[in-house]
Amino acid sequence: MSQRTPLFDAHLAANGKIVDFAGWEMPINYGSQIKEHEAVRTDAGMFDVSHMTAVDVRGERATEFFQKLIGNDVAKLGFEGKALYSGMYNEAGGVIDDLIVYRTHKGYRVVVNAGTTDKDLAWMQPIAAQFHVELMPRRDLAMIAVQGPNAIAKTKAAKPEVAALIDSLQVFQGLPHGEWFFARTGYTGEDGLEISMPAAEAIPFWNKLLEAGVAPAGLGARDTLRLEAGMNLYGNEMDDAVSPLAAGMGWTIVWEPASRDFVGRKVLEKEKAERAGSASVLKQVGLVYEGKGVLRGHMKVVTTVGDGEITSGTFSPTLQISIAMARVPLAVKVGDAVQVDIRGTLQPARVVKIPFVRNGKKVFE
Amino acid sequence: MSNIPSDLKYVASHEWLRLEADGSVTVGITDHAQGLLGDVVYVEVPGVGAVLAADDGAGVVESVKSASDVYAPIAGEIVAVNETLADTPDTVNSDPYGAGWFFKIKPANAADLEGLMSAAAYAEEIGA
Repeated sequence: MSQRTPLFDAHLAANGKIVDFAGWEMPINYGSQIKEHEAVRTDAGMFDVSHMTAVDVRGERATEFFQKLIGNDVAKLGFEGKALYSGMYNEAGGVIDDLIVYRTHKGYRVVVNAGTTDKDLAWMQPIAAQFHVELMPRRDLAMIAVQGPNAIAKTKAAKPEVAALIDSLQVFQGLPHGEWFFARTGYTGEDGLEISMPAAEAIPFWNKLLEAGVAPAGLGARDTLRLEAGMNLYGNEMDDAVSPLAAGMGWTIVWEPASRDFVGRKVLEKEKAERAGSASVLKQVGLVYEGKGVLRGHMKVVTTVGDGEITSGTFSPTLQISIAMARVPLAVKVGDAVQVDIRGTLQPARVVKIPFVRNGKKVFE
Repeated sequence: MSNIPSDLKYVASHEWLRLEADGSVTVGITDHAQGLLGDVVYVEVPGVGAVLAADDGAGVVESVKSASDVYAPIAGEIVAVNETLADTPDTVNSDPYGAGWFFKIKPANAADLEGLMSAAAYAEEIGA
């Protein structure tokens, strides 16, 4: 059965075009994906992300739990509210999910993807039991992401009582306000906030944001924005059978101390040591294409050192050309000319460094 | 919701057809189809002079979201294509039955048009 978020009626009121996404009835757009994309790049847009799941983690050994569970190290979270991005791996080194962990005054909060929530919780439970920590999925919360250069100012206008709290946040930090939680994080490459709140308060807050001039933005814009920002999407860039090292996630793995035995470490350590010199090893790169047509996921990438595959591709509304993320042989370099099989015809594309866009501007060479 | 002009013919793959005074048939995609696609960013049309059978591929329409094939709704020869879509593909969204037309085809058999769906039949087809 498909589920609805607490904001479902607000999407209908804003003429949201509703589609099924990971079992949720979500807005793909509210009329024009490109206009919503532009609102986020130049002003402020808001996304209902209530389908994602926040899980509070409590227990004296919660730090040890996360040090076992994920590749990044929560020991880096030096003060309350600080957050980190990480992969959670299986024993074979595949990616179970990617997630954000916040250090909170009572423990930790982790936010996981909608489509993987059940799988994630099933994976986390036995590890939690091992460390005697409690997992509390917060299905009572709604979440709204407000993103764009004017996102913070407009959020403060919509909820003035938290203006000082919002001003105090560093990038990648989140702090509570009663049952609410304000985090300076996002999935667009723009400044902004991800805000969770009790479900019943979601629609009134959404309406306040509308009054403050924040444009509703759907899943379509969310995808083009994250792709321009070079951010992975679970199920596209990585899944249970893909190594984080082939998905551009190597930077999120903390290898020291060598004694920290996170799940998947042995396989990933071996892979890391053997990557150089192996012709079959893949890495993540960006592609740009200025010809006719649009790069799409699963298109074949032909290079002089072997084939690769596009994991996500789209037309970039900001750059007005087609962009993609791809897994290609390790020897492929930034600046290389490659070819992409677009419906049976090989077309020339160029390898670039990810991301494509940050804070409204083109960033690759 | 969708606009389905009553003076046109339709096929299940969401192309519309209009018989012109000169006997050629103008083809585009329906309002329903452009709504499903979302913002159109690229349209590829066949070359003038191409001879197509019914249901042959006749180009591609790409939105931000996805690529969809366009099919020849009837057999015939392509006699004109809408060159303006190269620069303004979003016309397909704003005016799907007018300036957003794709190509004109000279039917191999003018009677082929008669077997196609009416507006009412297409409305039923898409559940409108």
